[in-house]
Amino acid sequence: MKMSKIVRTGANILYPFVLIFGLYIVLHGHLTPGGGFQGGAVIATGVVLVIVANSYEAVTGMLQKVVFKAQESLGLLLFIGAAAIAITLGLPFFYNFLANSGSIFGLSVPFGPNHGDLNTAGLIPIMNIAVGIEVWGGLTVIILSMLSGLDRKEA
Amino acid sequence: MITDAIIANSPALLVMIPLIAAFACPFIGRISPAVRNIWVVGAMVLTAAMALLLAGEVLSGGTVVYTFGASAAGMSIPPDSGGIPVRIVFTVDAMSALMQIIGGVTGLAVILYSIASDRRHTGLESYYTLYLLMIAGVMGMVSTGDLFNFFVFLEILSIASAGLIAYRIDRGVAVEAAVKYFVLSTIGAMVILVAIGIFYGEYDALNIAVIASRMQFTLLDQVALVLMIAALGMKCGAVPMHFWTPDAYSMAPSSITAMLVVASQASLYGLFRVVFTLYNVTLNAATVGWIIIVLGVLSMVVGVTMAIPQKDVKRLMAYHAISQTGYMLLGVGVGLAVLGNQSLLDAFGYVAMEGGIFHIINHAMYKGLLFLTAGAIFYRIGTRNLNRMGGLGHNMKYTMVFFVIGALAIAGIPPFNGFASKLMIYESVFMFNPILSIIAMVVSILTLASFVKVFHSIFMGPRLPEYADVKEAPAPMLIGMGILAVVVVLFGLFPGVVVDHLIEPAAQALVNQGAYISAVMGGV
Repeated sequence: MKMSKIVRTGANILYPFVLIFGLYIVLHGHLTPGGGFQGGAVIATGVVLVIVANSYEAVTGMLQKVVFKAQESLGLLLFIGAAAIAITLGLPFFYNFLANSGSIFGLSVPFGPNHGDLNTAGLIPIMNIAVGIEVWGGLTVIILSMLSGLDRKEA
Repeated sequence: MITDAIIANSPALLVMIPLIAAFACPFIGRISPAVRNIWVVGAMVLTAAMALLLAGEVLSGGTVVYTFGASAAGMSIPPDSGGIPVRIVFTVDAMSALMQIIGGVTGLAVILYSIASDRRHTGLESYYTLYLLMIAGVMGMVSTGDLFNFFVFLEILSIASAGLIAYRIDRGVAVEAAVKYFVLSTIGAMVILVAIGIFYGEYDALNIAVIASRMQFTLLDQVALVLMIAALGMKCGAVPMHFWTPDAYSMAPSSITAMLVVASQASLYGLFRVVFTLYNVTLNAATVGWIIIVLGVLSMVVGVTMAIPQKDVKRLMAYHAISQTGYMLLGVGVGLAVLGNQSLLDAFGYVAMEGGIFHIINHAMYKGLLFLTAGAIFYRIGTRNLNRMGGLGHNMKYTMVFFVIGALAIAGIPPFNGFASKLMIYESVFMFNPILSIIAMVVSILTLASFVKVFHSIFMGPRLPEYADVKEAPAPMLIGMGILAVVVVLFGLFPGVVVDHLIEPAAQALVNQGAYISAVMGGV
């Protein structure tokens, strides 16, 4: 089943913007409302958008379930790995060793109101990214599984 | 250096190892099934070793507090927080250590068993991933010192369990059982979340030690207590909230059923933790104690009477699991009923609690063993219907021996571990209220009668023609059963050692609320 050409073109144009917006929410999780889960969910809705506009087969040809499954595991491993690095440094699990360290995401935050610097908060943005990757993969797998059942019934 | 670091971080590693192993399992599984099996068994061995290591640490050196994300693991209260533990804290006392040992030993036995019993199925990466998540959930639930964290691990456990119950779709019957389990678990978890919300609104804290130190036992606290007891009682399968148990236990793969028993025990642990550590003497001990006793007696009687007419061997065992949960509730309930009265507590309260707690570990071992033997039989003959079995003792000798050990242990026959804990319960409960003790003994006799019937219909009788060339269960399954059987026999032969070193500290840890609070709050 295909939607009209206008809908398909519109969805295809919107898709990269949905992706960018989702990634923005993931990356700014420590500064603005949102975070890994919310951003990942936004990206997954982008996948729904292209599936609804185009056909299930056309989309699953490009977006494969196995890739998203791998992405889900990878995100989770990144999350727990980031937490576990602290143990190898002789610090407790989940210790935020990157915060205020001066390296990546390591600037210290000035006291009082400020406009928010992306390069702060240490492990928190890294974990947001990990959760974003995981939710992106996980929700997409759920969506693909659910829609595959619907599609077969109609055909 | 490295061993020090491992010991210092063992509470975190206990959850971290199964989580990493679970998340990497889909990748490892793509290499080859053999590598995946080594990976999951290795992870489980490490987790079990960590549980034993931590238990040794706790039993020799007292409660271990592990603060996530702090600059030092023992620093549960940040210097600038005004005396409130704001971080996630794992508080591992003797009771938690006991539960971790149960989780570790059963988990190891079950995963060895799974290697053989589920070899022929597809989707094993997901199976082992969910299984390891289940382990992480159990370990987290029994270690955490934070109520919200308890809820999170409970959810991890419920979701992983529901996925595994539905693993053998079995023409949709298993899926139905899983949906039932999942809906009830979710309702239970939501009810717990409401109770946690009440605590948070009232005491501005989620840490169990903080809430316990501020506990007023107002009307709101009473509401929260009712919600907690109802939800956790449902999760541990106490009558009248037991209806998910037979379905879930009988439809899950046998290996998972053995682990579901441990999951139920973890909920039981949560119930005891709430009643003893969170409320302790502030609540009306006699009333709440009697409520738990009544739940226990109902579970014992209803469970065993429902078990007798069952024809499905796993369903029958599931009803027996409900019945045995009743013993734990009875023993610990009697301890609770006399809480605050030191002379009665010394006279029989502690012994009753020790009996109930000892029964938790014993039940996890022998019930796990029984479910694994039922699984071995199903693996070889493909039916769970008792009427279609017979004469299997000729071909499955080791399985029969393991079944006999498990059956005698559950019926409370010496020299097996069930006898040791049941005797403690009978004696102490008799001093509290003789009628309860008599009910407990009658239930034990009915249990024995039921298992004699099961034993006879599975193993005795002439060799049936359709099962003439049935073989013994494969070696990994026997090893898994053997681990549990050895524990059952050892605990039965040396109950004194176990009670002195493992059970008594656990009972003391439950009763002694002040020690739990000061371990986290540093004597504030």
